[in-house]
Amino acid sequence: MALAFDEYGRPFIILKEQEQKARLRGLEAQKGNISAGKAVARILRTSLGPKGMDKMLQSPDGDVIVTNDGATILEQMDVDNQIAKLMVELSRSQDYEIGDGTTGVVVLAGALLEQAEKLLERGIHPIRIAEGYEMASRLAVDHLEHISQNFEFSVTNIEPLVQTCMTTLSSKIVNRCKRALAEIAVKAVLAVADLERKDVNLELIKVEGKVGGKLEDTELIYGIVVDKDMSHPQMPKRIEEAKIAILTCPFEPPKPKTKHKIDIDTVEKFQTLRQQEQKYFDDMVQKCKDVGATLVICQWGFDDEANHLLMHRNLPAVRWVGGVELELIAIATGGRIVPRFLDLTAEKLGKAGLVREKSFGTTKDRMLYIEHCANSRAVTIFIRGGNKMMIDETKRSLHDALCVARNLIRNNSIVYGGGSAELSCSISVEAAADKYPGVEQYAIRSFAEALDFIPMALAENCGLSPIDTVTAVKSQQIKENNPFYGIDCNDVGTNNMKEQNVFETLIGKQQQILLATQVVKMILKIDDVITPSAY
Amino acid sequence: MAAARLLKDEATEEKGDRARMASFIGAMAIADLVKTTLGPKGMDKILQSTGRGRNVTVTNDGATILKSLHIDNPAAKVLVDISKVQDDEVGDGTTSVVVLAGELLREAEKLVNQKIHPMTIIAGYRMAAECARNALLLKVKDNKQDPDKFKSDLMKIAMTTLSSKILSQDKEHFAKLAVDAVLRLKGSTNLESIQIIKKAGGSLKDSFLDEGFILDKKIGIGQPKRIENAKILVANTAMDTDKVKIYGARVRVDSMARVAEIEVAEKEKMKQKVQKIIAHGINCFVNRQLIYNFPEELFADAGILAIEHADFDGIERLALVTGGEIASTFDNPESVKLGHCKLIEEIMIGEDRLIHFSGVEMGQACTVVLRGASSHVLDEAERSLHDALCVLSQTVNDSRVLLGGGWPEMTMAKEVDELARKTPGKKSHAIEAFSRSLQAIPTIISDNAGLDSAELISQLRAEHHKDTTNAGIDVISGGVGDMDKLGISESFKVKQAVLLSATEAAEMILRVDEIITCAPRKREDRM
Repeated sequence: MALAFDEYGRPFIILKEQEQKARLRGLEAQKGNISAGKAVARILRTSLGPKGMDKMLQSPDGDVIVTNDGATILEQMDVDNQIAKLMVELSRSQDYEIGDGTTGVVVLAGALLEQAEKLLERGIHPIRIAEGYEMASRLAVDHLEHISQNFEFSVTNIEPLVQTCMTTLSSKIVNRCKRALAEIAVKAVLAVADLERKDVNLELIKVEGKVGGKLEDTELIYGIVVDKDMSHPQMPKRIEEAKIAILTCPFEPPKPKTKHKIDIDTVEKFQTLRQQEQKYFDDMVQKCKDVGATLVICQWGFDDEANHLLMHRNLPAVRWVGGVELELIAIATGGRIVPRFLDLTAEKLGKAGLVREKSFGTTKDRMLYIEHCANSRAVTIFIRGGNKMMIDETKRSLHDALCVARNLIRNNSIVYGGGSAELSCSISVEAAADKYPGVEQYAIRSFAEALDFIPMALAENCGLSPIDTVTAVKSQQIKENNPFYGIDCNDVGTNNMKEQNVFETLIGKQQQILLATQVVKMILKIDDVITPSAY
Repeated sequence: MAAARLLKDEATEEKGDRARMASFIGAMAIADLVKTTLGPKGMDKILQSTGRGRNVTVTNDGATILKSLHIDNPAAKVLVDISKVQDDEVGDGTTSVVVLAGELLREAEKLVNQKIHPMTIIAGYRMAAECARNALLLKVKDNKQDPDKFKSDLMKIAMTTLSSKILSQDKEHFAKLAVDAVLRLKGSTNLESIQIIKKAGGSLKDSFLDEGFILDKKIGIGQPKRIENAKILVANTAMDTDKVKIYGARVRVDSMARVAEIEVAEKEKMKQKVQKIIAHGINCFVNRQLIYNFPEELFADAGILAIEHADFDGIERLALVTGGEIASTFDNPESVKLGHCKLIEEIMIGEDRLIHFSGVEMGQACTVVLRGASSHVLDEAERSLHDALCVLSQTVNDSRVLLGGGWPEMTMAKEVDELARKTPGKKSHAIEAFSRSLQAIPTIISDNAGLDSAELISQLRAEHHKDTTNAGIDVISGGVGDMDKLGISESFKVKQAVLLSATEAAEMILRVDEIITCAPRKREDRM
């Protein structure tokens, strides 16, 4: 790092160990940052759209992940550059907020940065560019609102929801049976949705996967699937009209929190203690039996003796069930989680129509299905697939689809996909640009150009000629004043996305534009990068 | 280059064609590795572990080979994974699935070099896989209604599976053994209840299926060596010192006399427990946990056979076989279900003495005793038998059967070829490629058998263009033969799983256009 000297030749030292730190400033810094951001966007660019490619990632432990999901790729990439980390954050926040469009948001940010670089070269101040972008993004978001459409769905008419989920799934490897998966996702979301409050708690949907079988075997279970089996091999494997006691206390003698010692010093004490112990086990089991439970689900382990007593009294039990699963079971069966045996009452039992154990494959793999629950507000999606990576990717894809369905229930406005919304925004932003005096006009115009990048990347990934296609579609939109024209990725024969049924959620799109603009603004404002040099 | 480094040091990134190349090469290398083990004349591999002792495994089983490899190439890992899943799910076809996936990728590479987009290839492969599956569905035979025929189907499948393994010399013997064992399960796929005991010595032919149950344990000294009409209590309880389970209990005494008293009380407690157990009216007691000398002596006095430390599986199987329940408390002797069997005796296999339970009530479980010259032979025999048992148990549930010897592949290839001719567009190239990959399997089988594959495959293809045919490769005579007459059959479920997971894996690898490898996690420098 360059040092400044006073008139006597002594260096001014401002930062600690200044000589060892690398420093980039001014235009250099901005350009360096922009190129890092662009590099990240370039990686994701090829994953965009229905014909986008996947990335294979090898984690530090050697596990392989194959994915198409932008957020997952960036998270696993283990980036080192600070600006690249910002982009990773960007994608993650889109993932948290919306769940879908994680690739698009990064590609858009990359395009905005690329445009900004050109403007910087023309000598426009970064802050002016940032302001121009801000205005443009507001214009674009308003325009999206303008072209969005409300669409009606109800519990009986789920077709529109399924169509939207299918758009999301079509870019993933699971697109082979996207119809089936989209239906599963929509049904799952509707099952747990609170339509009056327009809210969906996605935690009520459990996604469980097991390798083997084929993707088509994936099913939606109105109930809970637990990866556990009965505690005793001879307990019944099928219980109808089960009354479930959900316990968080172990079938073991109590362990008071306060420290204590029981001293045994006489034979009598030894014997009473033993009887006490036996009675204790007996009481526990009797208590469960008394309230009428026909199945015990416990968070903790059982003592061998307790296990046998349970078996003996014909009370099937499951042990070591995780806390989250326990909660889901409680919700699904309408039972209460009981922390102490004393509190166990008949009202606190959960009810399920059928509990059964199902085995898979040739190894000793069993799972417990709890179905026909009293309150079917908790559901499980059970994924099957040829290999581990496939299942993981299916889980991620389904998560996206679930999020999309949830967003639609919250807000039923949609825009059309296939790049049509971006193109339409681009046209309107471009037209509006002329009304702004000053250098911002350039920035707004550049914003419009950046919006064109998404359809362009889509076309490119589909093997179409990007410039020809995008210009053709754009002129078509203007000529017919119809914002529904987009890129015909699947070679259906029409550019009208309304006819192709390619939908995206309005909030998803708006969020993409807002988040991308924000991050770009932030990157543009940086004019000094100080990094400690590698030691 | 102005762009700053994005990734951490040592992390690598490969893009586009290079990435695709890396994954193709990795996947094909894996496929080539196991290729030579395919088919009845396939060769075995020796695997030497890097651990201490340098254990050697000789095997023909694809899943076992791949499991033991240390692989760095991510695409190769995908293939290893599908083979593992195939093993878990259907048990057999672990080599075929990898070879088919490898062939699909090999064909895909050619197409990519002709500038066909991977997505187009995937679309074609999907159509082809669907068509191939339908072709198989049309040709399956289902003999579920006819028990005799079904049994002969099972025999054929078992023999076909075993013929590529070390057991091929005695395949009839073992096929019969496996079929008998599986039929006893009565439709359950729980292979746990078939116990396989390996004892070195003798020859493979001496292996036998025992109707009863054999426990690899010795009978306590001074206890009866032979019990007729045994009543068995299967238990899982501590028979050493019965701990006080109430938390925080400890013994604190103030004099030696007290210690002695408590010791007596402890002994008394054990004695009571034993008495309670004896009160069940049993003459055999099997415990999962250790039995100390003291209770053992008490049992011996009562003329009860006590067996200690039978492991979990042993206990579960024994409970299954004898129909008793696994008990841990002994207060209600009248309601505990006891197990029964006609005869318990100690038998000798080779040098070892084992306990044999015969004349059991529930015939579900059984024991297969494998004999063989060396531990390697036994291990491999166990794996082969396991494969056969898996396939059979799956077939019992899904009784659809196909012919073997390359017949299903050729049938599928023919249908897929026809589809290719009907399909317009670039996809048809991919569909054709799929059919070529399917034909590669019989090609490899005949190559491995040292036959003229080009000649044989063309003959086979001609044969398959007739309307109905049973033609397949007869490796023994080295020509095209009638698979129905030769009795070579395969399970539909296995074939379907091979087809679908190979296509799925190939699709997955084809979709990749970038590989990012993170820096390997640093190990602590302790060694």
